[in-house]
Amino acid sequence: MTDKALTIDHVSKDRGKTRVLDDITLSLAPGQRVALLGHNGAGKSTLIKSILGLIPIEGGTIWIGDASPGSAQARRETAYLPEAVSFHPALTGREQLTLFAQLSSGKADVPGLLERVGLSDALDRRIGAYSKGMRQRLGLAQVLLGQPKVALLDEPTSGLDPISRQDLYAIIDELAGQGTAVLIASHALTEVEARTDRIAIMRKGRMVTDDTLTNLSALAGLPIRLKVRASANPDALAAELGGSRINGASIEMLCTPKDKMEALRRIAGLGDAVADVEMTPPKLEDLYRHYAQEERL
Amino acid sequence: MTRFLAITRTEMLILRRNRWLLVATLIMVLFALALTFAGSAPTGTLGVDMLTVSVASMTTLSVYLAPLLALMIAFDAIAGDVDRGSLSLLLSYPAGRGEILLGKFTAHLAALAFAMTIGFGTAGAVATFFGGAGPESLMALVRLILTSILLGAVFLALGYLLSALAKGATAAAGMSAGLWLVFVVLYDLGLLGAVVMDKGGVFTQSVFPWVMVANPADAFRLWNIAATEGVAMASGMTGAAQALPVWAAPASLLIWPVLGFALARLAFRRVEP
Repeated sequence: MTDKALTIDHVSKDRGKTRVLDDITLSLAPGQRVALLGHNGAGKSTLIKSILGLIPIEGGTIWIGDASPGSAQARRETAYLPEAVSFHPALTGREQLTLFAQLSSGKADVPGLLERVGLSDALDRRIGAYSKGMRQRLGLAQVLLGQPKVALLDEPTSGLDPISRQDLYAIIDELAGQGTAVLIASHALTEVEARTDRIAIMRKGRMVTDDTLTNLSALAGLPIRLKVRASANPDALAAELGGSRINGASIEMLCTPKDKMEALRRIAGLGDAVADVEMTPPKLEDLYRHYAQEERL
Repeated sequence: MTRFLAITRTEMLILRRNRWLLVATLIMVLFALALTFAGSAPTGTLGVDMLTVSVASMTTLSVYLAPLLALMIAFDAIAGDVDRGSLSLLLSYPAGRGEILLGKFTAHLAALAFAMTIGFGTAGAVATFFGGAGPESLMALVRLILTSILLGAVFLALGYLLSALAKGATAAAGMSAGLWLVFVVLYDLGLLGAVVMDKGGVFTQSVFPWVMVANPADAFRLWNIAATEGVAMASGMTGAAQALPVWAAPASLLIWPVLGFALARLAFRRVEP
């Protein structure tokens, strides 16, 4: 048990009559980056707050290393970035981060951390004057305090511009590099989540899947889209290949990864009748939609 | 163990930064000075020095102002952090909920103490300068300042309780206004009504003083009045004070902050950020 940074074992949680977490099992090894995906209301934030010991769970167990959630040791070893985090507007970034450093009872290089997240110019400005992205950066800075064993990031990309996202990747990699297990919750699969070691998808409080991106793509068996442009007669081409017309000159056909080469050979065999072929593999979004929306039992 | 001091330091910074400390101190100074000058007329008739009369007036002022100022800081203490979404983050740190509450309480009480001491102290100094003071009236002033801080502590704790129970900072503000009205205004009106109805019967004789002293605001008034003969005369409120043992009012005013803080701590435990 202790070789895992975070162990979630058959955890359930009820809110009123609805079961918001239903038999969730997930574990993270030190240095592992796992994306936790799911719609709004799928239970991601609830799961994170359970890990933090902020809300009680009804069944199952959670271990941070070998400490239970909410214990002094667990709180020392976890870092947390809440969703859409905000701080007291009257404080400056430096003052806020100094408070967190004192609370985590460690000596911290506050200006250095703020520089690390690109806030060195706003060090002594009030948080009330910060943009949403800057508050998010300040939130990230406190995650880096005191080498946590587990980092829980709830929607870390919200409010960040593309350049900040690059910084976020770097920070996540840095955390993982020092041995921190990083759990990133998000409501849509983006590049950030794709760069993680594993992807866990939740739907309506249940864990739908938990695997690597490559395995997920193979398991989903999502079709590859082939768009074929006819040089003269699209209707004849559609009849020949079995696809459907999508506009005046093109047809579209779907095939599984296994049948891809066979389909391409057939298209090549048609010779001059085909003017162009365009192939689109399933996108991350399609993959996410497949797992998060479809009723799979 | 020093974690609550980190919270205290940050809260003090916030009170200074958002001008609460400045405004509260100004309010205290202005009201205390105004009452001291306005109330200086009966000095001659009662045969007491000006500071005594001033303390009597300021006692009445403090009954209203101390709870109000305390509630004005306290209502936001928990509900505000919940609204901002920063409470969950704060609670993910090693500081416990008790430490967080204690840290805020220490800072808020220090700010109240500052405003009270400067406000009443200034008025006291002015009264002494113009009308003279004796050892007894100086004692009364010190007692007024200390009991005002205690009264503030009661309402800080009750404010935290409401802040933990309320669904948001706005609701907490509304509930605090209601609490102030009940404890400071309606409670006494209700008692007055009961005494009038009772026409000097058993209720007025034996129950009424105890019900009265159970309210921290009245306990504060009784403590200050019972302790100094001159103040009692100046405020014309001796009857109720004489019907109770000497320890009743101090006990009430000392138990309330502890009780309020314990209740707030219990309510805070149940807050799910």
